[in-house]
Amino acid sequence: MATPLAGYLLVAALLFAIGLAGALTRRNAILVLIGIELMLNAANLNLIAFWRYGPHPEALTGMMFAIFSIAVAAAEAAVGLGLVISIHRHTQTVDIDQINRLKG
Amino acid sequence: MQESTLFIPQISASAITGILWLIPALPIVASGAIALMKQPLRKPAATLAIGSLACSLVLALVAFGHVVAGWAHGAAVRETVNFTWIQVGTAHVDLGWVLDPLAAVMLVMVCFVGLLIFIYSVGYMAHDENFTRFFCFLSLFAGAMLGVVISNSILLLFMCWELVGLTSYLLIGFWYQKPSAAAAAKKAFLTTRVGDVFFLLGIVWLFAQTGTLLFYNAGAGSMEALQLLLLRGTPSHLGLTAAGAIGLLIFAGAAGKSGQLPLHVWLPDAMEGPTPVSALIHAATMVAAGVYLVARVYPLMQVGMPFSAGGGAIGSTTALTVVTWVGASTALFAALIAVAQNDIKRILAYSTISQLGYMMAGLGIGGVAVGMFHLITHAFFKALLFMGAGSVIHGCHDEQDIRRMGGLRAEMRWTFLTYAVGMLALCGFPLFFSGFWSKDAILEAAQGWSVARAPFYMLAGGALLTAFYMTRQVSYVFFGKWRGHGHAHESPAVMTMPLAILAFFAIFLGAIGTPAWPWFRAFLENYDAPVSFAGFAEPDLMTLMLTSSAIVIAGLLLGWWIYGNKSPRPEEQDALEKVMPPVWTVLAHKFYIDELYGVTVIAFYWASAHVADWLDRRVWGGAVAAVAWLFRGFAQLSRLFDVHWVDGSFDKGCEELASGGGLAARVQSGRVQMYLRLLALAVVVLAAILLWSSPR
Repeated sequence: MATPLAGYLLVAALLFAIGLAGALTRRNAILVLIGIELMLNAANLNLIAFWRYGPHPEALTGMMFAIFSIAVAAAEAAVGLGLVISIHRHTQTVDIDQINRLKG
Repeated sequence: MQESTLFIPQISASAITGILWLIPALPIVASGAIALMKQPLRKPAATLAIGSLACSLVLALVAFGHVVAGWAHGAAVRETVNFTWIQVGTAHVDLGWVLDPLAAVMLVMVCFVGLLIFIYSVGYMAHDENFTRFFCFLSLFAGAMLGVVISNSILLLFMCWELVGLTSYLLIGFWYQKPSAAAAAKKAFLTTRVGDVFFLLGIVWLFAQTGTLLFYNAGAGSMEALQLLLLRGTPSHLGLTAAGAIGLLIFAGAAGKSGQLPLHVWLPDAMEGPTPVSALIHAATMVAAGVYLVARVYPLMQVGMPFSAGGGAIGSTTALTVVTWVGASTALFAALIAVAQNDIKRILAYSTISQLGYMMAGLGIGGVAVGMFHLITHAFFKALLFMGAGSVIHGCHDEQDIRRMGGLRAEMRWTFLTYAVGMLALCGFPLFFSGFWSKDAILEAAQGWSVARAPFYMLAGGALLTAFYMTRQVSYVFFGKWRGHGHAHESPAVMTMPLAILAFFAIFLGAIGTPAWPWFRAFLENYDAPVSFAGFAEPDLMTLMLTSSAIVIAGLLLGWWIYGNKSPRPEEQDALEKVMPPVWTVLAHKFYIDELYGVTVIAFYWASAHVADWLDRRVWGGAVAAVAWLFRGFAQLSRLFDVHWVDGSFDKGCEELASGGGLAARVQSGRVQMYLRLLALAVVVLAAILLWSSPR
């Protein structure tokens, strides 16, 4: 626990756990999306931390990876919100316990 | 007897032989056309039947003229038309027809007598509602018989022969509403069938031996010298040659059709048919077929006959000896039965059997001409007698018992006159009647038979009895006082005219076969026949003629003495019965032949049928039932297996699958968060596995 890496990892793990808990427990579809974003950012934090304290911090690989991930996450969030809006139009609700018709 | 001149077969057929097939074909086609007609079309039906047979008669006369012309030029006519019917590999079935003196004589007789019977039927059946059906059968009957006559192939002959049997069945059972008529038809069919089985065996054997079905085929036919020599040389069982054995088999068929001794029982019962049918069966067609068959295969029966140096026969062949003995016994036997019958038609039936016996004996002893001459003369006077009897029955309102008739000579003048002619011809009254000459020829031959004397005495006894029972019948029917009901009346001209024509022939037909001018024999056996009254001068012949005349006159006088002009009441015992009751009983019961067959043949078949029935029901039926039971058991077992094992396990599997599916489906709840939870759990589990399993 001497290196600062551990601290970052702990924060990231905490963040991931909070995000997971949110995604699993909230009923509101938007809050579930927010939880997912948190988990994603926890992963990004890990990427940066491992890059910064890794063997080759001079190459910008980790940062590039994180920026890519953020961009993809933004697109994903847009798609997700779009889906939520269209579901809300369709069913007049965003409670995902009500939206259970997507089953075999 | 005289050895017949060898026929030289003529290959090239004349025009008339070429169309000879039309003679049987016309009535058969007419019969087919009538079969399609409706019941009320009585006149067209009768016209068609009579017209077709009249055309056949014309053709037959032309054919006869052709043969006579050939004979007059000294050339024996035997023209054949043969053709192959079926060809299988090298084996072939040949059919064909033949025109020779024998066939020509028969053709004219059958057509002529048949035509008169047809005309007579128009009157006799006038009140029957099935008039058209009657003429249909009648035409077929005549056509089938004509087919028998012209056949040159024993197979074609057999086909027509069976057709004759079929139509006789149909006609005897014409009034099938009467149980007795239906039974008589069956009896006739089955009894003749017994003979036909032997006949068929004979045909098969003959075909196997000679390889040909044709009688005459330019030297290769089965009745020609080459094949006969081979047949004679082939030994068979019991010391017979193949020729003799085949001849006997064929004779068995002839005996069935012609009512010879063991197989005569159907003929009297055949009286159940309408009277014209009886006339046709007894005179022109059915029974004549048997005699004709024997005449047709005569070369086969004759082969191996020992001849003396002078040309006369010394001895006989086995086949001909059998024919003679059967014929002579039948002649005497049936004449005895006829004495004690009271049904007008039954008396005539037994007289037919008796006369057929004469014909067979004539064939056996004296050759084709002797037997055939009696066949021809008999056809005329027997048709006359039957149609006369029909006229009497018609006039007496369907009464057939001679005890309930009497004194009809006044009411039915024409019938009486013609009947008297027929009766005297049948008895063989001297000089003026045809029956005398034909019967005399048979007696003459029998007297000179070198094998045995007994047939002569049997035939002479038969002649005496014939005169006796015919006198009895005629005096019962036409003399004395009327003992029936109602008033008797004469029949219409359409019925009496044929009688008059037949009566004419019954008298004058004898002229073609007298010893002075043996034209008939000469014609059949192909030699010249000059008229010479020297024939009478031979002392043997003279004695014989006197003897037979004496016999006939004795019979007539005896009959007249006992029965003449008396009018016994119907209930009264017969004059003979009073004198000899036991003999009378035996005769009246026809020697108990029917009863004998009843307790032997019929009982045997009855028992066999019962045994077969029992076997069928119990043994075979039991076996079948057991097998069925076994298989039902198996089926039951496999059903159980199926239901409980196969189906059960299948159902169980399905159930398991369904419940497993249900379990899996419950996870698929559609709740996103549940999926996520599972996903998270899975990640944790995977991480744990990786963590624990990775080597440190």
